[in-house]
This record gives sequence, structure tokens and C-alpha cells, in this order.
Amino acid sequence: MANNRPKLAVFKFASCDGCQLSLLDCEDELLAVAGKVHIAHFPEASRESVRGPYDVTLVEGSITTPDDVERIQKIRRRSKMLVTIGACATSGGIQALRNFRDVKEFTSIVYAHPEYIRTLETSTAIADHIPVDFELRGCPVNKYQLIEVLNAMLWGRKPQIESGSVCVECKRRGTVCVMVAQGMACLGPVTHAGCGAICPAYNRGCYGCFGPQETANMDPLSEKLAGLGVLATNIARLYSTFNAGAEPFEKARRQVEATNN
Amino acid sequence: MRAIQEQNAFIMEARELNRLIETLAEKGYETIGPTVQQGAILYGHVGSAGDLPAGWSDQQGPGTYRVSENGDSSFFGYVVGPNSGKSFLHPSRETLMQASRKGDLLEFVDDPAPPERYALIGLRPCDVKAIEIQDRVLLEGLYVDRKYKERRDLLFIVTVNCAKPGGTCFCTSMGSGPAADSGYDLALTELNDDRGHRFLVEVGSDSGSELVAALTTKQATAADIDSAGRQADDAAEAISKSIDTTGLREQLYDSLDSPYWEKIGARCLACTNCTMVCPTCFCTNVQDVSDLAGNSAERIQIWDSCFNAEFSGLHGGSVRQSIHSRYRQWMTHKLASWEDQFDTLGCVGCGRCITWCPVGIDITEEANTIRKRAGQLAGTVEDAP
Ligand code: SF4
Ligand code: SF4
Ligand code: SF4
Ligand code: SF4
Repeated sequence: MANNRPKLAVFKFASCDGCQLSLLDCEDELLAVAGKVHIAHFPEASRESVRGPYDVTLVEGSITTPDDVERIQKIRRRSKMLVTIGACATSGGIQALRNFRDVKEFTSIVYAHPEYIRTLETSTAIADHIPVDFELRGCPVNKYQLIEVLNAMLWGRKPQIESGSVCVECKRRGTVCVMVAQGMACLGPVTHAGCGAICPAYNRGCYGCFGPQETANMDPLSEKLAGLGVLATNIARLYSTFNAGAEPFEKARRQVEATNN
Repeated sequence: MRAIQEQNAFIMEARELNRLIETLAEKGYETIGPTVQQGAILYGHVGSAGDLPAGWSDQQGPGTYRVSENGDSSFFGYVVGPNSGKSFLHPSRETLMQASRKGDLLEFVDDPAPPERYALIGLRPCDVKAIEIQDRVLLEGLYVDRKYKERRDLLFIVTVNCAKPGGTCFCTSMGSGPAADSGYDLALTELNDDRGHRFLVEVGSDSGSELVAALTTKQATAADIDSAGRQADDAAEAISKSIDTTGLREQLYDSLDSPYWEKIGARCLACTNCTMVCPTCFCTNVQDVSDLAGNSAERIQIWDSCFNAEFSGLHGGSVRQSIHSRYRQWMTHKLASWEDQFDTLGCVGCGRCITWCPVGIDITEEANTIRKRAGQLAGTVEDAP
């Protein structure tokens, strides 16, 4: 029986484990997952490790070392469907801030013996290295979306994950816009839906945890934020968090910095 | 001046408003009216007149909204907030159907919840018109939205004519305000002057008439009717925004290739806020969701928007890749093709899309600019030898 169930594997690259924990957080649903799939490799949940090929592989984390570059190729070869989960895996994560600085300088400051460190100059998304079947965004991913993606993969259908803005979710849940009604800075209009617009519902602007929405138009938002009195350095900071390496956010940050200088 | 039929108009003391709300509640209605929530005036549950935002007003402009307390005793000294009748009659999320596995069979159930019986109190004239427009779309076409119909059949509307329009209102261009001529059970005009704080009540239906009979009212005098008429005229005067709708449809159709759309597209965030707050926008997506074990499934209808790329997704991708093509779709639908489809414009001039657009894109300004450019273009063609 165990042999007929699809094999699920979870692999980790540079990341905090938060996205994998979202899967563990799906306690009730996980029982159903466990019944439906054979968890063949998931070190966070089980000591069992079965060799591939895997039917569905989840990958958390970004590529930051020469070893990662090779390992992800092997994982791809052993996976039928490969889904990347979280901001690290889909845009390089917070650690992509290194992409804009001198990494050698960092290692010399942080480590007593920097000569032992073998690291890349950049932190990049998994899709920059291998073909990926689906990218699930978020820092961390939303557990219901994770279940939906697994569900879709297991039943062989398209995941129902919306790619528009956070504002869609904000309005659907009946939250009053904090930017229009209070003048707070909010990244909702340029940010990918998925969290359910949690922050505006708790009277905060969106931080952009899910990265850019499908057609993020950054410049008008930068102008709006400036109009609200947000300093250019702070606008640049808003764009340099968990998805700093996502192209629209990175470009917008450079644009804001350039006009500020 | 607005014509008010004397035999159809009554005067109700301000304190009687509470009885009106309570009587509707006693009749089994879920009473919805303006409330202050999250720093805005939102339609929500009102159990008594004490729940209404008496003494509050709002300040609206492109991309900005604020409320403040001004201490005056009027119950309705503000206009529309971000939600509308749509939020109740055509809500953002609706379960259409559930299915579950029973042995080898699938059992289907239509959503078993009974329809809500709403009394919308203090709905503005533009919002009443918006419901009439949604009726055309959701009830009068080839396909009837069953859940909308169930709620609509039970609906009771108490509209309140506007005394102080907001900074983004333009109902006068759309023939939908600032006073209502139809579509309500009762229409109130709040009069708060040296002759006292009272409401002029106009009856629009038999159930409206029944409700008035249960309240303490007296026949309106010519002086009351005069005050109400003058208030409506002053409100109409105070509206600062407008769109000239004569020949607008043809001019928009002639301007589909205008380079100006790209200028708007460069400013638009494709965030969907304009469509979500619009009381006539009706578009939805349908999603089927199932549990992991494959034992139960639900079909859900959720608000969608023409500003989402996937909205125009066909085989191979989205037809409207550019943001400007989505804005053009939206505006030409509201102000042109809606007429071809539903024999009415799709805009009531409530101004919500202007206020709640984070970057303050203003449909009146954009439509007027497109018109002007189309006119200039036509002018140059005519002038050519
Ligand atoms: S609060 Fe933020 S996410 Fe919500 S509608 Fe406003 S801009 Fe969009
Ligand atoms: S298009 Fe704008 S002004 Fe017109 S009804 Fe919709 S939200 Fe109101
Ligand atoms: S658009 Fe007209 S009817 Fe609507 S709130 Fe403004 S003034 Fe009132
Ligand atoms: S017009 Fe304004 S509210 Fe509408 S999608 Fe564009 S930026 Fe958002």
C-alpha cells in the first residue's frame, strides 16, 4: 500500500525553516497528508529518508553556496513535480541583501577564519537555477495555500493561487484601507496576494512578505509614499526586506535611491 | 426644484428614527446602516438610532478619506464610505454548492443557509441606483444569480437624500442623486433647522406605507416640502465633479487606440481597489475547493476584478497584459459598453473609485481628458483641407 502512495520530499536550502514549519503547523490536515502520501524525506518531521524519485518535492530556501548549486540539480533530477516554497526559495529571501554588498567583507568581519567559508556572492531563487513547476510565495508561506498546492499536485490539477495584489484580499475581508483613511505606508498594491491581508486588518501597512504581485507597478507607489511624507531612505528600506532580490522591488529601490542622491 | 408629492410626504420627529429602526428589527429584518468602524463610515449592524454616527462627517478627495466629529446633532452628515449595498446583497465570498462523497456516490447540496432579510437604512441615492443597476445585471439577464435574488426579494430600503455631498461625488452627472426619485421603500430628508430636527419621509412602496403607519408622523406642510426641495438643490449645486455623458459612449469607442490610455496605465497600480469598492462592479471568480482526502468539495464565488491579469486569462495567458488595457477595459465598460449590455451606464457617480484609489486616479478627469482629446482629434480632421 505504502508503495502506491505518491512520495513527498521536503528539502531545505538557505532559510529559517519557517515555511517547513507551516507544513508541520497543518496538524489536522497533515494527518490527511500522511494518509494520502508517503512522506519519503522530511527531516523536520520524520527520521525516515527514502531515496527518490519523488512525486512531489517541496524546496525551501535560497541558493547561497557552490554546494547548493549542485545539490539542487540532483534534487530536480529526482523529482517529478518540484514546488518552491517561501520568499527565500522564490526570490532569494532576506539574505539576498548580500547581493548588493561586498560578501568578502562580511565574512572577514563575522568569521574568525574566513578562509573556511565557501559561499557565493549572491543569494538567488531556486528558479534561477532549475525549472520549477510552481512557486508558492510568502514569508512564511500561508499554510492553507500550501495545502492547496499539495492538494492540486496530488490530484493533478492547477493550484488555485491568486497572483493579484494584497488589496484584493484586503477589500474582500472588509478592511478599511489604512493608506487612504490614515495615510499609513502600505505595500499592498504592489504585493502578491496570499496572506489574506493580515497586516491592514491589524491596522498596519503591508510589509510585502509575499513579494511582487504579477504586474507590480512600483513607481506610482513610490510617489504615493513620498507624498505621504515617507523619506526616500525609508521607502528604500520598505523594498529591501524578505523579497529585496525580487526584480521589481530591487529596481524600485535603486530608482528611489538614485532620485534621492 | 425637486417635485415632492404632498400627499406622499410625512414629517417624522428625529427621535422617531429609533422607532423606525426597531420596528424593522421587530419585523424580522437585519437592520444595516452607517456606523463608525476602523476610522470610516461603514454600513454595518445598527440596533438603534444610537448606533448611527450622529455628529460625524467625512472629508473625501482623490486617494484620501478622513472622518471627524463635528458635534452637530444630524444623524446623516456624511456621505458614502468604502462599502455599499453590494457588500450585503452580492458579498465578496459566497458558497454556491457543496458536495460530499457518500460511498460510491456524490451528494450535492445547494448552500443550505436561508437568505438574509436585510433592511438597508441610510443608503444614499447613488447606492439605491447602484442596486437597480446590479438588478439588471444579476436578475434581468439570461442567468439569474439565485442568492442575490433571494436577498433582493426580501430587501427593505430606507434611503437618505444627501444634504452635503462629498468631495468626490458626481451623481448629478449620472442622474442618480443627490436625492432619490425611485427604487426605495422610504426616502428620508433630514431637516435640522430653526423649525426643529425632523425627517421628511417619502413613501415609495406598499411596505414603506405600512411602516409609516406604524410610526408617529404627520402630513408634511408646504414649508417642509419647500425646505427639503431647497436642500436637494443646494446639495446638487455643491457637487464639484462632473462627466459630460452626451455622446460619451461613441467618443470612448472612437478613442480605443488613444495613446492617452498608456499615460493612465503608467500611474495605475492594477491594485483593483476601484472595482472592489464600486457598488455596481459585479465580476466574480468561481473556485472549486476540495479536502485532501477527496471526500468533500465546495464551489465558491468570490469578487474578482478586470485589473487582475488572470481575469482575462485564456488559453496561453492573459489577453490584457498591460495595465493600461485593463484600465481601458474598466472605464469603457462603465461608461460605454455597459449601455450596450444592460441599457444603462455602469456608474452612479458615487466617487468611491476616486477616493479609494491609493493614487487618486479620477474617473471624471480621465473621461473628460479622453473626451477632450477625441474632440481635438475630430477638430483637426475637420479642419484638414
Ligand atoms: S490597506 Fe494596503 S492592502 Fe489594504 S487596500 Fe489599502 S493599500 Fe491595499
Ligand atoms: S465607477 Fe466609481 S463613481 Fe462610478 S459607481 Fe463605480 S465607484 Fe462609483
Ligand atoms: S454621489 Fe450624490 S447621492 Fe451619492 S453620496 Fe454623493 S451626493 Fe449623495
Ligand atoms: S485606478 Fe486606482 S484603484 Fe483602480 S487599479 Fe488603478 S491604482 Fe488601483
